[in-house]
Amino acid sequence: MTDLKKSDFFSFKVLLVFLLILPLSFSSYGQEGDHVEGKKLYNTYCASCHKLNKRAVGPKLRGVTEKYDREWLYSWIKNSSAMIKAGDAQAVAVWEEYNKSVMTAFPQLSNLDIDNILAYTDYIPPVVAQATVNTVQSAAVSQGPSDFIMNLILVLLVLIFAILTFMLVAVNRTLLVIAKSNGFTPPEKKPKKIPRKPIWKAFAENQFLVLITVAFLLLSSAYYSYAYLMQIGIDQGYMPIQPIHYSHKIHSANKIECKYCHSSARVSKHSGIPSLNVCMNCHMYIAEYNGEEDLENGYTKDFYTKEIKKLYKAVGWDEENQKYTGKSEPVKWVRIHNLPDHAYFNHAQHVEVAKIDCQKCHGPVEEMEIVYQHSPLTMGWCIDCHRESNLNVESNEYYAKIHEELSKKYGVEKLTVAQMGGLECGKCHY
Amino acid sequence: MINKIILKYLLCFALIYSCQDNSKPNYQYMPNMYEAIGYDTYSESDAFSNGIEAQLPVEGSIARGWQPYDFPNTNEGYELAKAELVSPLDSISDLTQHTKNGKELYGIYCAVCHGSKGDGNGALSQREKFLGIPSYADRDINDGTIYHVLMYGKNAMGSHAGQVNELERWQIAEHVMELRSDLIK
Repeated sequence: MTDLKKSDFFSFKVLLVFLLILPLSFSSYGQEGDHVEGKKLYNTYCASCHKLNKRAVGPKLRGVTEKYDREWLYSWIKNSSAMIKAGDAQAVAVWEEYNKSVMTAFPQLSNLDIDNILAYTDYIPPVVAQATVNTVQSAAVSQGPSDFIMNLILVLLVLIFAILTFMLVAVNRTLLVIAKSNGFTPPEKKPKKIPRKPIWKAFAENQFLVLITVAFLLLSSAYYSYAYLMQIGIDQGYMPIQPIHYSHKIHSANKIECKYCHSSARVSKHSGIPSLNVCMNCHMYIAEYNGEEDLENGYTKDFYTKEIKKLYKAVGWDEENQKYTGKSEPVKWVRIHNLPDHAYFNHAQHVEVAKIDCQKCHGPVEEMEIVYQHSPLTMGWCIDCHRESNLNVESNEYYAKIHEELSKKYGVEKLTVAQMGGLECGKCHY
Repeated sequence: MINKIILKYLLCFALIYSCQDNSKPNYQYMPNMYEAIGYDTYSESDAFSNGIEAQLPVEGSIARGWQPYDFPNTNEGYELAKAELVSPLDSISDLTQHTKNGKELYGIYCAVCHGSKGDGNGALSQREKFLGIPSYADRDINDGTIYHVLMYGKNAMGSHAGQVNELERWQIAEHVMELRSDLIK
């Protein structure tokens, strides 16, 4: 009897292990094809236009095996446009539905490759994986109760102390009552005041001290007033709340060049606020945020995904049908870096000619979750840099002669911007 | 009495410092010297019905230095560009400056997805933000199709016409073809 049980248990274990391995090696549907291999192929060939559960450029791919015949899928993937030309009804229907965009032909994929890809599209991760997800989630949630318990303990402690103070007061009172009934009067708490000169009077009578204090007050108030007046009109540290929470930190972590979005910094006076179609170059594909979270500040995945939806609303992108609705609205970005109207600044000159890094003036933008003004943008600040920075004269033959003459005039090896005229009033004020 | 003066003095400074609010711009001495009378770039304006200064050019107008692009944004247009569109750089003998520019622009606008080698393995692909970016070697492309796709975009790729001008598009196309021939080798 016991033996039989044991063997039963053993076979159960084997079965369990087998069940665990099974979904890793075969499709759970029993259809030929390996979903692990398929995932690789899918990511290389399909993922740029298709998503598993959502319409993208092409249709969603989950459940595509139920919708279409396998042989039909083989020939569609290998050469869809030939099928459309041949007038295959199903093929033409798909083509019409997706704005007549032609799917790239993949003649290099064998039937086995396609089977693998299809296995991946049908593959639903086994329950085991979900269980781990659940435990992760419950671990994350369990932080909540620990906080709650801490709060509970604190409240209890406060209550205990309150009760203790109350008891002490009560005991004191009863003791006093007893003492009084015994004919004992407690001694006066306050001893009689000895008349003393108040400290301010003593101070006022000491002329030297008064003089010192007045001088100190005058000097310090002059210092603070000067400092206050000097910072008027300077917006260093200005950090407004933008209508869409755009994180420069996340985008530069993805190695996107500054000039990808601020493309006019190369060619114009303004660095340019990118128009929303530039955002859509990536976000047509990236519809939700899957990166790191910053729970302390409330920057969750959900939060960022909602910001992407704000972009979709503004630009008029219908995510469901992957189409522009034509109903767009401007985003009222708040301008941060703003020179007074009487000063001229040109981005292209600094970015393309001087080859200055954006960070030199704008600070560590790649670390800014919310952008703020890093530099004071005062005239003194501009002038300082023009005095210190050397000109980049290499491979600039057109101006070689004047550079040479200027070097001779100032008797220096390397010219500064100031020596080339970078301090002339008319350069920036006109 | 003096105590009171000191108190007031301190209060005054506390007030000044507590007024510092980084979400609002600072005071200005003479706002009418700071703020433009004309419309500032991207400013609001009641002169136009949609309330903004930045307006699209009138339909049919051609910006200086721009050429009208006649190939339509369709599959036929793509095929036509492949067959007929020729790079103006082809007729130039010394391409060093153009290829140098093309490489630099490619680094800014393309490499983040397509990879600096053109194998589709850029930073966004490595970080799995974008998947399935094809290698140039796997696609039958030429100068014309590259220009066409930069102009209109294709599938998941958007139009980059606003970011690079006509010459720059040709320079990029030149560099892409260089990368492709390196990949095919």
